[in-house]
Amino acid sequence: MSTALAPAPAPPRTLVGFSGKDSPEPALINTCVHCGLCLSSCPTYRETGLEMSSPRGRIYLMKAVSEGRMSLASEVFQGQMSECLNCRACEAVCPSGVQYGAIVEASRAQIQTAREHASGTGPIRPQGASVGLIRAFVFGRLFKSMAMFRGFSWLMKMYQVTGVQWLARNLGILKLMGTSEMELMLPRFSSTFTVPKGQVYPAEGTKRQRVALMPGCIMSTAFAHVHEATIRVLQKNGCEVVLPPNQGCCGALHTHGGDLDGGRELARTNIVALEQGGLDELDAIIINAAGCGSTLKEYGHLLHEDPAWHDRAGKFVAKVKDVHEFLAQIGLNTADLKPLPVKVTYQEPCHLAHAQRITAQPRQLLNAIPGLKLVEMAESSLCCGSAGVYNITQPELASSLGARKIENALATGAEVIATANPGCALQLAVELKKKGRDVPVRYIVELLDESYRGVRSKSLA
Amino acid sequence: MTHLELVSELRHIVGERGLVSDPDALMTYNADGCVMDTHDPDVVVLPTTTEQVVAVVKLAAREHVPVIARGAGTGLSGGATPMRGGIVLVTSRMDKILEIDTRNNRCRVQPGVINFELTAFLKSRGYHFAADPSSQKACTIGGNIANNSGGPHCIKYGVTGSHVLGVQMVLADGSIFWSGEGIVEQPGYDLTGVTVGAEGTTCVITECWLKILPVPEATRVVMAVFNDIRPAAETVSAVIAGGFLPAALEVMDTLALKAVNDAYQMGIPPGAGAALIIEVDGVDDGLDDLLAEIVQIAKDKGAIEVRPAKTPQEQVNVWAARKNAFGAMGRLAPTYHLVDTVVPRTKLPAIMDDVKRISKEVNLPIANVFHAGDGNLHPIVLFDSTDPDQNARAHKAVEEIMRLSIGYGGVISGEHGVGIEKQEFMSYMFNDDDLGAMAALHEAFDPEDLLNPGKIFPRKVNPNELAATRRQASTVPGGLAAIVAKHGEKVWI
Ligand SMILES: Cc1cc2nc3c(=O)[nH]c(=O)nc-3n(C[C@H](O)[C@H](O)[C@H](O)COP(=O)(O)OP(=O)(O)OC[C@H]3O[C@@H](n4cnc5c(N)ncnc54)[C@H](O)[C@@H]3O)c2cc1C
Ligand code: SF4
Ligand code: SF4
Repeated sequence: MSTALAPAPAPPRTLVGFSGKDSPEPALINTCVHCGLCLSSCPTYRETGLEMSSPRGRIYLMKAVSEGRMSLASEVFQGQMSECLNCRACEAVCPSGVQYGAIVEASRAQIQTAREHASGTGPIRPQGASVGLIRAFVFGRLFKSMAMFRGFSWLMKMYQVTGVQWLARNLGILKLMGTSEMELMLPRFSSTFTVPKGQVYPAEGTKRQRVALMPGCIMSTAFAHVHEATIRVLQKNGCEVVLPPNQGCCGALHTHGGDLDGGRELARTNIVALEQGGLDELDAIIINAAGCGSTLKEYGHLLHEDPAWHDRAGKFVAKVKDVHEFLAQIGLNTADLKPLPVKVTYQEPCHLAHAQRITAQPRQLLNAIPGLKLVEMAESSLCCGSAGVYNITQPELASSLGARKIENALATGAEVIATANPGCALQLAVELKKKGRDVPVRYIVELLDESYRGVRSKSLA
Repeated sequence: MTHLELVSELRHIVGERGLVSDPDALMTYNADGCVMDTHDPDVVVLPTTTEQVVAVVKLAAREHVPVIARGAGTGLSGGATPMRGGIVLVTSRMDKILEIDTRNNRCRVQPGVINFELTAFLKSRGYHFAADPSSQKACTIGGNIANNSGGPHCIKYGVTGSHVLGVQMVLADGSIFWSGEGIVEQPGYDLTGVTVGAEGTTCVITECWLKILPVPEATRVVMAVFNDIRPAAETVSAVIAGGFLPAALEVMDTLALKAVNDAYQMGIPPGAGAALIIEVDGVDDGLDDLLAEIVQIAKDKGAIEVRPAKTPQEQVNVWAARKNAFGAMGRLAPTYHLVDTVVPRTKLPAIMDDVKRISKEVNLPIANVFHAGDGNLHPIVLFDSTDPDQNARAHKAVEEIMRLSIGYGGVISGEHGVGIEKQEFMSYMFNDDDLGAMAALHEAFDPEDLLNPGKIFPRKVNPNELAATRRQASTVPGGLAAIVAKHGEKVWI
């Protein structure tokens, strides 16, 4: 018997529960039967071995708050909601069909709302003034206006090309400011940005489909070259590609970060932009970034309590297709593919493999390229640790997961790491840089594009 | 010793990162896969080495604090639930594969290695670890040994215990003992057997030698679909009686099929009453003939359709559906109680009829997914635990199935262990002398009742007092039974 143990008396706590809109639904929480089959798929559990860092543990914590046995102010609860990568690996393996993404996002929204309204004397710690300002700028302004986002990106690009970056790095200023890791994360910006203005790119050969491309935010500035490749690949596959104007960021950062209303605002903007861009005449809305794709496909859930928008969201979502999913579905034009003799390993983006359950098609496309040899890495579907702002909020876990990923990737001896998401691409590049390895990271569509064009980009040559 | 002092001594042993003491975090360790009863631990430690385990157990013995070993916590009988608080010792960071010795068909691993990862690791070398519980993607080797877990392929290859060649035990006083040398023959007492199935009540397992087997040259999987569960169960008996030894014979009934059909794209016709998964393996040559003979038996018994899993991917899908069936019950009801009893194989059809009757009587759906080849049934009673009446009816159904299984000459636990879930049913099966003998063995290994206390023995029975009474009884004519008779009740209660 543990009679010898006199547990320290717990300090009295005020229980704050979930409240208002966007509470994690008890019915969703209760679909978890506590079987634990998800444990080994969870990156944070794999790294820590801790039950509360597992999907089952996190759902158990949410259940406790939901049932009034634990406070929303609990450090463990808040810590775990933040430590979760929202990679949704648990959701993909859960036999009971738990909709994990929905409940973790709602929990984060609850925490965020409580922080914003905290008085400073209650149990919930209000967020720091600087965090509030940054959140207000990033979530409320930067990602809401594409014009502003492009302006900001342009400044960043100038910072890179003018040599200020070189100076800052070499003078060690960044280290001093504790931002060297973050600075490493800064993408190399494309030379031109993709600005959707209603452009129409004709199909090559017989027109099979009319599709819209959603260029998004980061993708349209840092990865504009990927959009160019995507458009060319779609054209090669008989698609007429349009870029409807007035669309913007998909809102992934907002919904993942607990700003569900911010996400909703962006969702409405995009739905309107596509409706005005001729949604009815479109065969599909194409997205080439995994994270954005999963967010767009979930607009229905995001707006499910909004009767005026729910149906419109449904019509929109029905047309959203990940580019790999789409190409595999319409049947890839393999006749025009030219040999690309290169050994490639594939890093599965979580939001493709888990959130959208698209695992076969990317491999199918890669295998269709003549001469390309696909070698699978160990733990290919384990999160690389990027996950939006995760590098900033959980630097330790982000970097250990990143290192784990790169070791698995390099162990295959691949000459190229293929992926399909900006977060992953950046994370992989950072880890490669840290290791001093010069292995190119490419989007699958870029490899397809090169194969169609029969040119090998400098980095692959 | 205060809680604070205990935590600080433990911190010296496992370090800050190896310790959990926040009450909110401790709450997540209050149950395993069975949430019928919960209890928070006082502290959780996550050691990485045997030395750390030894130090923790020594400290616990000195301070008289319980130690509960825990692997992944996928157990279904509350085995890892700290019923009296104390130290939960988690092996998730003792996850190293230490040695692979294919020439001698064996490997040495730490207990926290995940079952599936061991097999995945071995597969690249042409080997596998044969015990494959349906929870294998998450559960640990330590948990498998402590529960003597089974799996679909145990009909041919045997349960976990058949594959353990030796265990490094940390005993209750913190001493280390190897129960075997990693070879099959072992002179003297079989002390490996004292850890297998003991649910962490005799020692903490810190390392083990396991038997590994070459991956069979070829494998065939077919699924036979029946109108009803009875002919499926009859097929199982007939196949075994016909002298066949398939690698797996697994039955799923109509409810279970409903739960997995959509999620795993099984494409089972909606009206199907049951499906029997048949797997044969071995040398490629002649395997198809063997399978054809078994399939013929199924057809004779009334199989309405036989679907082969043609590609390796299709085979994986069939098994994924089967292995996820328990978890998928969450799609049908908010709570389930999974019964795990065994009957002689020939009694399977009869008990399936009984289960159907019980389901009607208590007015609750009962699904069936089971290792038919072993006679190990898993009726799954579906209910809503927030409704007290449903709770009571579910309990009644469980009890009834237990009694029936014993009545058919079976036992109350196939593979999930006794834990807290079945401790009250132990006295259905065992009389005082039986329990007394078990208590005596338990006392030899855990004289202070600190290793996972409050498990296996009926809740009211203190195993050490029972052992003491039993000793005393040896001097009384008529033994234990006479003492019980004289006192009118069990003195160790
Ligand atoms: C969906 C699902 C399907 C399942 N299918 C099967 C199945 O097909 N067959 C089957 O047999 N079981 C099955 N189980 C039950 C369970 O997974 C097994 O019992 C498994 O072996 C438990 O392993 P674990 O690592 O989770 O152990 P835990 O649940 O953590 O512990 C189980 C027991 O082992 C003890 N223990 C753990 N590690 C040690 C150690 N190092 N030293 C000493 N004692 C230790 C614990 O104290 C406890 O008593 C299933 C469970 C689920 C949730
Ligand atoms: S989330 Fe799903 S897999 Fe994980 S414990 Fe809950 S029911 Fe099981
Ligand atoms: S979303 Fe990813 S990190 Fe979060 S609990 Fe699920 S598997 Fe773990």
